[in-house]
Order: sequence, then C-alpha cells, then structure tokens
Amino acid sequence: MSAPAANCPSCGAPVTFRWSSAVQTTCEFCHSILVRTDVDLKKVGEVADLPADASPIQIGTEGVYQNKGFVVVGRILYEYEQGGWNEWHVVFNDGTSGWLADAQLEYDVSWLTQPPSALPAEGDLATGGEFAWNGQTYRITSITKTRYKGVQGELPFEYWDKTDLQFADLRTSGGEFATIDYSENPPLLFLGRAVDFDDLHFKNVRLFEGWSA
Amino acid sequence: MSSTLVSPPMVKARSLACPNCGAPVELRGFAHTLNAVCPNCLSVLDASSPEFQVLQTFQGKQRVQPKIPLGSRGQLAGTTFEVIGFQQREVVSDEDVFCWDEYLLFNPYRGFRYLTEYQGHWTFVRVLSALPEPTRSGSKAAVRAAGRTYVHFDSMTAKTSFVVGEFPWQVRVGDAAECQDFISPPYMLSSEATDGEVTWSLAEYTDGSKLWQAFKLPGSAPAAYGVFANQPSPYTGKVGPAWRTWLWLNVALFAIMMLFSVSRANRQVFAENYTYYSGHSTEAAFVTPTFELTGRDSSVEVGIHTDLDNNWIYFSFALINEDSGQAYDFGREVSYYHDSDGTEGGRNNSVVIPAVPAGKYYLRVEPETSPSAAAVGYQLAVRRDVPTYTLFWIAAALLLIPPILKSVRSAGFETRRWRESDYAPAASSDSGGGDD
Repeated sequence: MSAPAANCPSCGAPVTFRWSSAVQTTCEFCHSILVRTDVDLKKVGEVADLPADASPIQIGTEGVYQNKGFVVVGRILYEYEQGGWNEWHVVFNDGTSGWLADAQLEYDVSWLTQPPSALPAEGDLATGGEFAWNGQTYRITSITKTRYKGVQGELPFEYWDKTDLQFADLRTSGGEFATIDYSENPPLLFLGRAVDFDDLHFKNVRLFEGWSA
Repeated sequence: MSSTLVSPPMVKARSLACPNCGAPVELRGFAHTLNAVCPNCLSVLDASSPEFQVLQTFQGKQRVQPKIPLGSRGQLAGTTFEVIGFQQREVVSDEDVFCWDEYLLFNPYRGFRYLTEYQGHWTFVRVLSALPEPTRSGSKAAVRAAGRTYVHFDSMTAKTSFVVGEFPWQVRVGDAAECQDFISPPYMLSSEATDGEVTWSLAEYTDGSKLWQAFKLPGSAPAAYGVFANQPSPYTGKVGPAWRTWLWLNVALFAIMMLFSVSRANRQVFAENYTYYSGHSTEAAFVTPTFELTGRDSSVEVGIHTDLDNNWIYFSFALINEDSGQAYDFGREVSYYHDSDGTEGGRNNSVVIPAVPAGKYYLRVEPETSPSAAAVGYQLAVRRDVPTYTLFWIAAALLLIPPILKSVRSAGFETRRWRESDYAPAASSDSGGGDD
C-alpha cells in the first residue's frame, strides 16, 4: 500500500496518507481539513480543538478483527446530551475500511452496507421498530440527536461542516449491531457487531496515568 | 510518531476543587466523568464544564458509607477495576422501603462494570450489547438473549437515594428508573428505562467473600440474608444425579437380591393334602408326621393352598421341635371371594418363620371355617431355607430418602427465591429487614 505524500496547502507541512483511498484528511500541524482533488489537496475548513476525551484508541492504533489486521486512520467525534462518542475509521490490511465505535468504552465494529430493505424516513423512526436483515431481527434501541464535534485524520468521504445529525441504533438478541445514519439522503446503513476490547488485540493504545493496558 | 502531537503520550488524572465547600474532588474516570459528587459536602458537580458548576446540593436523608471504598482496586473476571462511583437506590413497595447499593467500576480500556449488593447478596454487572427478545416461559413473561431464556422476576421503580463518587452520565438524588429483572441463575438480565431509552444489563451472582478477597478488604463480607433472585441454588444439578444414583443402587440391590435368592436351598421337606369338614363336632386339631429340618439356623415357610370358593378358613399353627418341645405359634387366614364385580383375597397364602434351628419337627394344625361352609380342601407344604425379602424392601425404602430430601430442599429453595418476586403468594410477607 503506497502512502501518497503531499503538502498542506495552508501551512506547507507534509501530509502523508496511511490509506490510499482516503478522500479527506486533517493537517496534524495546522488542523486544516484537507480534501483530495485529482491533482492536489484543497483546504475546506479548520477543525476546532477537539474536546478532551478518554478513548483508549488513537490514530495509529492497530488491532485484529476476524483475523484481519487493521489500523486506525481517522475519526469523527459526536456529542449528545449524555456525553460523546467516537467513530474511529479503520483500514484493514486488505484495503477495505470500516468503523470502530467507542461509546463509553462499549465497542462496536461496523461497515457501510447496501440496505437489504428500504430504510425508514427520519420522521418515521420509533424505538422498538423491527427490521429483518440477513436472517436476523434488528430492533431500534435508541434514536439519538447528536452534534458533530469534529474530525481527525483520514476519512472515506468528505465530512466536515455538519451540524445536527440523527442516528438510529439497532441491535439483535445475538449481539449484531446496526446504525442508520441520516446525515445523507438516502440514509446510510452500517452493519456490524458488538465487540469486547480484548477481542481486538490492540497495539499502540493510549496510556492512562496509573494504569497499564 | 506524529500521532504523539495530536494525542498526549499519557492521559493524566484530574482533580478539582468543589465550588461549594472547597474540598478536593479526585477524578478517577478521566474525561468519561460527566458528574462528580464532592466526597465532603456531597454536592453533585458538572465535571465536564471548567467551572465544575454545582448541579445539586445534598438531597439525601443521611450519608451512606460504601462497603467497598471509592478508589479501591480489585481484579474481577481477569481485569483490574477501580471503584469510582457509588449509589444507593430504593424501591417503595406498600409501606416497605427496600434499598440496595450499586458500585460503579472502571477500567480505562475495558470500560464500566457494576457491583450491586442487597442484604449480603452481590452481583457483577455489565451493560449488555445484545438486545433481548421477548418470549414466554410457561405462564410468565421471559426474554431470550444469546441462547438463554430469562424468566421475569419483578418490576419496580428504582429511585436514587444517595450518590457519591463520579459517573459518566447525569446523576441526581431522586432520579427514577423503571426496572425489570429476568432471571436464569446465576444470571439476571435487567432493563432500566429512563426517558424512553432502555438499557439492558447482565448480572452474575458473586460471592461476597470473593469480592473481599479481590479488593483486599478488611474483615469478611457481611453474611447473606435470605435467597436472592439470581442466587444459584445449591441443589442445582444435584436432584437429577441423586435420582440416577438411586436407580443404580436399586439395580445393585436387585442383583444382590437375586444372588441371595439363588444361594438359598429352598427345599420342600413336607407336603400333604387335607380336607376340613366344618360341620363335624370332632376336634379339628391334628398333628402332621415328623419332618427333618437340616443345616444352619434358617427360615421355614409353611405354604397353604386351598380350594376356597366364597369362603374363608383360618389356621392356628404350631411348629414343634420333637426333641425339645419348643414351639413356634402362628396363624394365617385364607379367604377368597368373587362375584361379578371382581375378586377379593386369594386361595393361597404362606407364613415364613425366620431362623429355625435344625432338628425333627412336626406341625400342629387347627383349622376353623365358617360353620355354613361345606368341605374345604387344602394342601400344606413346608419348605426349608426360603429366601426372604423384607430387608431388601427396607433397604429400597431407605435408598429413597436422599433423592426425596434433595428434591424437597430444592423445591424449598425455589419457593424462597420466588417469595421475593412479583409472583409471591399474596399472604407471604417475611421480608422487611434491612430498611432504614
């Protein structure tokens, strides 16, 4: 996997990509949000300082899921009234990418998936709503209005300048997990499952004073 | 690595000064902590704002001392956890108030867990990442998750009555949640609903002594009172095997019985046919010819075979040793009746006399029958050393005691468990201890 290098159009610092398919990244020095064009990088905005968070995951954290190694290359940070959560963008060693959610240290791995059936309109969402996908019964556990708090690193799409967003989380009785993301129209579906921290065999996690990983 | 620029190499613990009383408030949950309670004045503080705004001043009735102090660390399920928060919650049921303790445990990588304690019963709890699906178990509601069925135990409104430490969510004294418990001992699934959001958690019953060891607490865990919802029964998995053991012991007993039976001589030493005419005025009693009983002290069976027909006959017997004159007196009635409704009694009967020494013996026989009866024909047959089964029947009865006791105790344990549930018999009310 090549790591195409370029320079930040804002501050001139070198910008390296861990993932060749990244559409957007942030400059680690001046916090500019950079979008890749055919020829160059274009500054589209700036990230405000991200609020302090205590996720043990960071850009560069490595792990293994279902025998495939992955590395964390980016994240989207969301905030809602009961706290915040991170969607870590992870790239697997076969070049595919997915998402690792960390919400109060409860972890889910998911992938953007073609919806097996039509997704409900934003206004039709109701807790308990059922969907039969891939032979499993998914039920809506929560409908969350969130605020976009910021981005960091490489993402598979342009994602910046968002404001209020709505998500519906769904789960099955066997631990499968789904999110319907209403930031786009039509909405996006992510399917995956709940995972334990120890299932992912992490390396290069953050260190916490008084604790060992 | 360049990532060190965006993420500091070490996340530092924080502490703050209580804006209400000035006391230091240690924060153990890093940026996860949303609310912290001052250990000194018990004000609830907003730990996510730089001003640590007071959200609620102390509203509790009295200060509660957590049995496991805040800041204690212990290894549970292979992971080190630190106690960072504590709340007491209560349920009002009729006039009774039941309260229990909840400890919030934290590990910066593996997340949050809980310990709950009610009257010395502890459970280790984690948030469930699966969504249980509703089902039924007999007449009761139930839920299913990860292939296990949990039976509904109780529903309640739980109110937070005391809080100290820190929490990754908003916490206030007086917070109420609708809770439901579903059990499959040693596990329990609980749902907690606040503002339309439902959280499921999975609890596992845990011995207090294990926690005292894990957290290196002084003294010993308080004794558990009563039976708790998801307390595993000490009889689980013991009733079935007890009955299986019973079955095998019976097979063995039967085998011994067979062996015992074939090892007896069971030899006929005398047999003779007689006819008794009840109408005769002559003395009915008579004696048989002498017969020889040999071998060690052993049983003697006197068999009676009659041709009774809707009649009875009674025999007074004496088995008499010809040389010593020692007599064994016994009697036996034989009766046989039949009509269109069925039959009663039988034509044959027998008496066994245990442990008769060897020697020459004869029988003295005195028959008696209904005066209206015609002649009764009968045969007397004497057998030496016949097998007797009384001891085996007693042994078989004794073998029944352990499995029956286990079954009864197991049922008793389950009765005491369900007495604390929503399905308790209306009359029962033996709880009420432990409230304040």
